[in-house]
Amino acid sequence: MSAKNPEYDFKWCPGCGDFGVRRALEGALEQRRTETEQPMENNVVIAGIGCSGNLVHLLEGPQPFGIHGIHGRALPIAMGVKMARPELNIVVVAGDGDFLSIGMEHIAPQAARNLNITAIVMDNGVYGLTKGQSSPTTHIGVVTSSTPYGKAEDEVHPLELYLTLGVTYLASGLSSKVKDLSKMIVDGMNHPGFSIVHVQSPCTTYNDTYELLKGNPKKGIEPQAWPVPDGRDVASKEAAYAVVRKGGVPLGLIYQDKSRAPFEERVRQAAAKAKPRTAAQLIETYAI
Amino acid sequence: MKKKHFIVRFAGEGGQGVVTSAEGLAQAATQTGYHAMTFATFPSQIMGGPTWTQTRISTTPVRSAGDELDVLVAFNKEGYETHRDEVRQGGVIVYNSETFQLEPDGRSFGMKFDELAKSTGNARAANMVVIGALAYLVNMPQPILEEFVKKRFTRGRAEDQEIISSNIKALSLGRDEAAKSGFNLGEIDAAIPPKYPQILLNGNQAIALGAVAAGLDFYIGYPISPATSILVWMERNLVGPGKFVYQVSSEIEAITGVIGGGYAGKKAMSATAGPGFSLMSEGLGLAWMAEIPLVIVDVQRGGPATGLPTKTEQSDLFATMFPAHGDVRLPIIAPGSVEECFYAAATAINWAERYQGPVVLLSEHALSERNQNIAKPDLSKLRVESRKAYTGSNGYQRYEAKELSPMPLPGGPGAYVANGSEHDSIGDTTHLAERHIHMTERRWSKLHLLEDGTFESENADASIAILPWGGSKGPGREAYEELMSKGADLAWYYTMFLHPMPPALLAELRKKKLVLVPELNYQGQLAFILRAQGVKAEAVTQYTGLPFKVKDLVRRIGERVKAERKEGVRA
Ligand SMILES: Cc1ncc(C[n+]2csc(CCOP(=O)(O)OP(=O)(O)O)c2C)c(N)n1
Ligand code: SF4
Ligand SMILES: [Mg+2]
Repeated sequence: MSAKNPEYDFKWCPGCGDFGVRRALEGALEQRRTETEQPMENNVVIAGIGCSGNLVHLLEGPQPFGIHGIHGRALPIAMGVKMARPELNIVVVAGDGDFLSIGMEHIAPQAARNLNITAIVMDNGVYGLTKGQSSPTTHIGVVTSSTPYGKAEDEVHPLELYLTLGVTYLASGLSSKVKDLSKMIVDGMNHPGFSIVHVQSPCTTYNDTYELLKGNPKKGIEPQAWPVPDGRDVASKEAAYAVVRKGGVPLGLIYQDKSRAPFEERVRQAAAKAKPRTAAQLIETYAI
Repeated sequence: MKKKHFIVRFAGEGGQGVVTSAEGLAQAATQTGYHAMTFATFPSQIMGGPTWTQTRISTTPVRSAGDELDVLVAFNKEGYETHRDEVRQGGVIVYNSETFQLEPDGRSFGMKFDELAKSTGNARAANMVVIGALAYLVNMPQPILEEFVKKRFTRGRAEDQEIISSNIKALSLGRDEAAKSGFNLGEIDAAIPPKYPQILLNGNQAIALGAVAAGLDFYIGYPISPATSILVWMERNLVGPGKFVYQVSSEIEAITGVIGGGYAGKKAMSATAGPGFSLMSEGLGLAWMAEIPLVIVDVQRGGPATGLPTKTEQSDLFATMFPAHGDVRLPIIAPGSVEECFYAAATAINWAERYQGPVVLLSEHALSERNQNIAKPDLSKLRVESRKAYTGSNGYQRYEAKELSPMPLPGGPGAYVANGSEHDSIGDTTHLAERHIHMTERRWSKLHLLEDGTFESENADASIAILPWGGSKGPGREAYEELMSKGADLAWYYTMFLHPMPPALLAELRKKKLVLVPELNYQGQLAFILRAQGVKAEAVTQYTGLPFKVKDLVRRIGERVKAERKEGVRA
């Protein structure tokens, strides 16, 4: 809503990867609107706190509903909205710090439930909004404002972690490849279960990784990003592990398991065993 | 003169039948037209450990568990030794002579609880042996109890008849043993069965029912004593189309999950105790900031930190009223009886819907484990409110008004961002001073919508008042009546609406020379808050993990009032 809203005073830095993610999400929501013929208001974008989370205010065009909550808690908020209204389409947008550091505790339970939402993780390997501290995906030894003598921790490997925790749709994208990213998001939304689209979204101010990701032949820099070849069995977890363990940044669909029921379905099945009673009937069970 | 009430304490070890005996006695008494209340303390271990439960039976509604015991039922030696000094003069001690022996002392008699039960062919009927003996001691007629046994064990199974006759036999055996002992406490007056239909339940069950009666359809929780039984109740009963209940992985998931549910249009609730409530702080700030209706139940236990998980205390008032950073003060309803638990929960749901924000229902351990007979709530008279939902067209400015405004629901028109950062009229982040002033005042102005709470007042002309809160209402009221019967001149005030407090009540309290607030915490938390609002309030505190005793309150309030009057003369 920013273009029309002079009061909103946040701006992404020029070249920030989050611009591309925003365009990809706008495209995906628009495509979903045409395909499903459902109004934009049937989508809820739930944002973490960070530069990345501001995406929820920056979407142009018809507006989805949004929540910009508290740091690290986008997933459980999303669970609440989804379980209250299973017919809605829920998208989470969060940074690597929000999702993988303070919010880490929420990934495993939502994966175990197969919560039917799509999480877009904007990984820039740094805490952008707080101005450049180390994040879980910052590599060991790297100097940041909060690791002046080099980071002492090993980095988290998000893709491998998601597979281990049981996420049922996993894709890896790059913010500058907007069309590919948009398709991953659409597929994630169509997937009946917990979908994560993990995006390399470079921070031009504190951790500019464009060159490393795309390579620079002039400087002899090999690209870290590489396309995942087509024709794999995407339902094979072993094959998925092989992809994510190969090093670098694989781009494409990594894993999809359609065999596990989404959370709303599991809850519905369990509740079907119960006999619902009205408030009056429940009160009557305590009658003297 | 016949007795109007009697008090029995059952003491022993977890698993010996302490609780089932106490509750069985309460059931038997209420089914026969008496009023009853049980009060339980539990050991924190799962098996064994010292435990006791008290049942008070009365011809009139019961307000507190009572101080002095007419009968102590000791299941083991430790139970006897810990509690014997609380038996009143002329009281009786019944002990299980299988576990220990006593020399005859003119007030105790032993019987073999389990052996007698086994001789009926039903080893599980020991509590009926005990109840039979108790009934004899107060001359409660046998047919009344037999009727209770029939009602309780008629479950439509083949073995019903056998179980009923073994339990009736157990009652008789206990009765015979008590008769042999030669003790008698004098007859209890005939029951005056209430004319209205009744239910028998504990505070947590009443909270669950009250919330459901007000339309609760979304519950998320995480187990914690003494709130767990609400989660368990919901898991079983909050089912059916459009309903959702789930145990999640922490109280942080619980609060943020109910924020999601409340945002999406549900009447959402979670129940917890102090440690879990602390974890909910940040989320409660978000619900206040983004204006999301939801209810959090805090069933208080001793704190801080893990504290005293199975003891009672009223020490979370500060934490629940001011749970979050920033300018936040949550609405709080603190029930003082099992019956109030029901209506407090229903009102909490209504309040959350009405002002579009978080509401705290502040209960306590002593209420959660207390079984009491209450009038069956008449649902046709219960007011059920739902939020004002936005139904216009797109382009709505959800936060533009200076006061409460209709709330858009996802899927419908008026998309906005529910934002935990300070925001403008459509929910986008802003840092403008005018906007922060506007939004801060908007959020606070909504509290005025909740100033319709009721309060009790009596002898309002007196210059010194007593104002207990929450579960201290019962003993506070009994102490008040005793002091008044001894000639004291005190005003009585009580409300379960601690914030916002009914303005008329606050105005009256401000006129008093002294307002004494009995409360179970060290700091005198309500008194502190009242002083900040211009009331000359002073707390009467206790922090033992147990409720007040009436006699302690009578003594302490009496002394304080005497001192105040003396001072008044000098001045
Ligand atoms: C509970 C809490 N702790 C800390 C913060 C401060 N904070 C805001 S954003 C952020 C990290 C953001 O990093 P990331 O999620 O990677 O987002 P980015 O800005 O890089 O997009 C932190 C620590 C906060 N808002 N709340
Ligand atoms: S600080 Fe980094 S992440 Fe934040 S807007 Fe600027 S470039 Fe983007
Ligand atoms: Mg980041």
